[in-house]
Amino acid sequence: MNFETTIGLEVHVELKTHSKIYSPTPVEFGDEPNANTNVIDWAYPGTLPTLNKGVVRDGIMAGLALHAQISKHMHFDRKNYFYPDNPKAYQVTQSETPIAHDGWIEIEVNGKKKKIGIKEMHIEEDAGKNTHTSNYSYVDLNRQGTPLIEIVSKPDIASPEEAVAYLEALRQRIQFTGISDVKMEEGSMRVDTNISIRPIGSDKYGTKTEMKNINSFNFVKKALNFEQQRHEKVIMAGGTIAQETRRFDEATGETISMRTKEGSDDYRYFPEPDIPPLEVSDEWIQEIEDAMPEMPGERRARYTNDLGLSEYDAMVLTQTKEMSDFFEATIALGADPKKAANYLMNDVNSYLNDKQVDLQDTKLTPANLAGMIKLIDDGTISSKMAKKVFKGILDGQEPAAYAEKNGLVQLSDPAKLQPIVDEVLANNQQSIEDYKNGKDRAVGFLVGQIMKQTRGKANPGVVNKLLMKALNEK
Amino acid sequence: MKFNETDLTQLHEDLQTKKISAKELTKAAFDRIKETDDDVKAFITLNEDEALKRAEAIDNEGIAADKLLAGVPLAVKDNIVTKGLKTTAASKMLENFTPIYDATVIEKLNAQDFINVGKTNLDEFAMGGSTENSAFFTTHNPWDLTRVPGGSSGGSAAAVAAGDVIGALGTDTGGSIRMPSSYNNVVGLKPTYGRVSRWGAIAFGSSFDQIGWITNSVKNNALLTEIISGQDDHDMTSSDRQVPNWAASLNENTNVKGLRIAVPKEYLDEGIQPGVRAVINNALKHFEELGAIIDTDVSMPHTKYGVPAYYILASSEASSNLQRYDGIRYGFRAPDAKTLEEVYVKSRTQGFGDEVKRRIMLGTFSLSAGFYDAYFNKAAKIRTLIAQDFANVLKDHDLIMGPTGANPAFEIGSEIADPKTMYMNDILTVPVNMAGLPAMSLPAGFDNGLPVGLHIIGKAFDEQTIYNAGYVFEQTTDFHKQMPKLGGQD
Amino acid sequence: MASQIDQQQVKHVAELAKLEFNDAELAKFTPQLGSIIDMFEELQAQNTDGVEPMYSPTDRVNVMREDVAVKSNEREALLKNAPDTEGGLIKVPAIMDDESEDGE
Repeated sequence: MNFETTIGLEVHVELKTHSKIYSPTPVEFGDEPNANTNVIDWAYPGTLPTLNKGVVRDGIMAGLALHAQISKHMHFDRKNYFYPDNPKAYQVTQSETPIAHDGWIEIEVNGKKKKIGIKEMHIEEDAGKNTHTSNYSYVDLNRQGTPLIEIVSKPDIASPEEAVAYLEALRQRIQFTGISDVKMEEGSMRVDTNISIRPIGSDKYGTKTEMKNINSFNFVKKALNFEQQRHEKVIMAGGTIAQETRRFDEATGETISMRTKEGSDDYRYFPEPDIPPLEVSDEWIQEIEDAMPEMPGERRARYTNDLGLSEYDAMVLTQTKEMSDFFEATIALGADPKKAANYLMNDVNSYLNDKQVDLQDTKLTPANLAGMIKLIDDGTISSKMAKKVFKGILDGQEPAAYAEKNGLVQLSDPAKLQPIVDEVLANNQQSIEDYKNGKDRAVGFLVGQIMKQTRGKANPGVVNKLLMKALNEK
Repeated sequence: MKFNETDLTQLHEDLQTKKISAKELTKAAFDRIKETDDDVKAFITLNEDEALKRAEAIDNEGIAADKLLAGVPLAVKDNIVTKGLKTTAASKMLENFTPIYDATVIEKLNAQDFINVGKTNLDEFAMGGSTENSAFFTTHNPWDLTRVPGGSSGGSAAAVAAGDVIGALGTDTGGSIRMPSSYNNVVGLKPTYGRVSRWGAIAFGSSFDQIGWITNSVKNNALLTEIISGQDDHDMTSSDRQVPNWAASLNENTNVKGLRIAVPKEYLDEGIQPGVRAVINNALKHFEELGAIIDTDVSMPHTKYGVPAYYILASSEASSNLQRYDGIRYGFRAPDAKTLEEVYVKSRTQGFGDEVKRRIMLGTFSLSAGFYDAYFNKAAKIRTLIAQDFANVLKDHDLIMGPTGANPAFEIGSEIADPKTMYMNDILTVPVNMAGLPAMSLPAGFDNGLPVGLHIIGKAFDEQTIYNAGYVFEQTTDFHKQMPKLGGQD
Repeated sequence: MASQIDQQQVKHVAELAKLEFNDAELAKFTPQLGSIIDMFEELQAQNTDGVEPMYSPTDRVNVMREDVAVKSNEREALLKNAPDTEGGLIKVPAIMDDESEDGE
């Protein structure tokens, strides 16, 4: 029997707003536990929520970025459940009127393009964080109230590869809006996934199993692959799939059944009475659309069409918004696009990978990179010396000053080079003879000697010109 | 000294001219409380030391001319949070809870340099109509100590009726300001939903709750309500409409000539006790004599659905609002709880009283899977119909009137056995909260010596017309001048 | 007639609400709840086809606050009011299953 697979993905994206969604306390990380909490975050008697406009705006922008319909009439709902990291014992979310719905994103797997539908997106609050020892649990409410957008896919994803492609495309698109860092490793992007299989051609979906909070795209693929196979094995052996949540074990690559809790998940949703409804105007939607940063696809098109970069280069440069923004800022300052692209894709990326840092956390600036490229272009430094200057700009140094200070400026003045050319020629009569006898290698040798004399600083182009002129005169 | 006849404007003048000092006034309030509260038991917490200190400080600073409440002692229902002063909601759950912030209404009163004499008793978490559901003790009606003061703002109404203070804050979700006012011969106004900020009011039914005043006179009520009203950034449901100077229109020129008063058929039917009906009919006749037009050919056909719909909706909201009381971040944690589950279940089971548990259960049930449509959503649709009933009648009438309650105060212990009976008392008050309209209970007479309140309902944000009618009635009758025979000399 | 709810259902609702009743209380509560739910049933007599539900009488729409962070200075006071804390964290007996809802 052959099966077809249906995969669903629920992605939670943490927004980079200044304050929380229903409370004005800061959304900041790494502070002392419970430092960024107030009476609202602690659900004190008598407290009420206040809705953050920035979150609504970001939600609309995310919807637009994913080609979704924006809900013009919205309200919030309460999802009631008890848990120590959930102080109100209800979460204020949107179950009836998601902020956006019926969107899509394009993925490419094995050269084939496919549109994956997005069922809905809604804004809601995050809970606090629990830590545990064997006898006690500890709650830090700093994260409580951090704004989240939950993005739910339509059942269009048909394989673990498509699932990962979807996650990568989604991550990139959201990242380019600037509303979230969407980093799995930092928790600003979280993935829950579900999967079911059915015989090919069957019109009834199979029973699905769910896995929550998987830590990386790679693990998502592994977990889904394992589940897909497990479902197949069970069905082929005549068994039935139990609808349940399973835990993915990173060490073994397997999924493990979790204890199911019968009947305890009745969330008793009802409309949130403390937040009046929202009526989103066309004007506001247009405003947000106008403010949206250029998406990767459009940028890539510009890079290839207008700047003559290769598709591969364009793709690498648009992998993150930081890199793309940096590139554009660098060429805006006059740097040659191809050189800028090369440096970013090669030298800069190597450095970032090596040091495990992000571009925005380095001291490198577009001004300094552009400056260095200009110095190469106008011959002030050689590409060999540029490698040294590059170290300088990585450290935040201004390239011209750095080159000057460290003696990296090319020697290009013919007046200064001529005596050295003459001296080398004078000391290497044999090479002159060799050249006259047709041994072109002698030129290379002589150039080498001249470079040695100038400790590598001579401008090779100028040296060549002077040398050839001198040789031909002999 | 009793405060039953004290006029706030006059009091402010006396304080300014130093005819009386804030300290003397505050001391007088506590003296009166000592005379009455052993019998009435209106207060959960008295704030004597702090109040006297504050009064002395105000005397030293001098009474500011523009602070009407400077040095004036007032009481606060104990479900309104007061920073640094225990706030219990009359529940074991918050028995030792001290808030770390002030409700917005308290901030506004503090800006006026008022004197907080203490926190008054209520039905636990404001759930009830008699104050018998307080976890600590029952308040007694000053008019007849064997009877309830009504609820849930029973302590506040009793304190005003006993002459302890000229005004006390209450809250009204389904009648909790108006009913106790009716039972105590005092003036209680529930403002339009959104008129007063709910920030700091311990939530019961979020789309129903409003804070309001119970006072000894209509004008005092208007002055005090002006002070606590207004848009508040902390409460997104609070209205941004201008707050009118209601009291400024209350003078010898105020009249009700041509005022169109609707009296729906359903409001004076056979469920109303004869003595109450007599009082209300007299009151209506009085209005007619003053020039108002009474129209009894009016119907509010969905009135009978008000109580069940209200109890579904308010209990549902309450069941969610009270989930935060879990023994984890503040309040009562069961000492015998060993596991996390026990912390939740034992703290809540031991911390909440029976009526609160009943409402939580009813609400949880109404929202639960399979019942949401038949109960919660159905009730919400009934709410629309009730609001439409009001809109239809108020389209060509200025006010709606009737009795506040079908009966006067009942005996302590006589209704507590059957919750449903207690719920039916609210039949005339709850529709107002469903529609979010303003309404007042006004002293209108007596039934066998027990006070009977006239219920006056107005258009949204038209508290002015209610105050006008209430003021005129009050100034042309003597009911409000009656006082319970209670403690000390007269 | 309190036929609308039985003791099993009451137990289930109590579980959702994190309340517990002993047998005597259950026996007392169940008919009380039943009679009130009977009253709720009266609503079924009113036709509400085509009627929009009303969840609040508020007259406001689009009430939002600007995205400005306000640092909190309440940490100490909040921790002081908590029944049990340790190292600035709220302390509870161990959570048995690690399936945090995590904003889900």
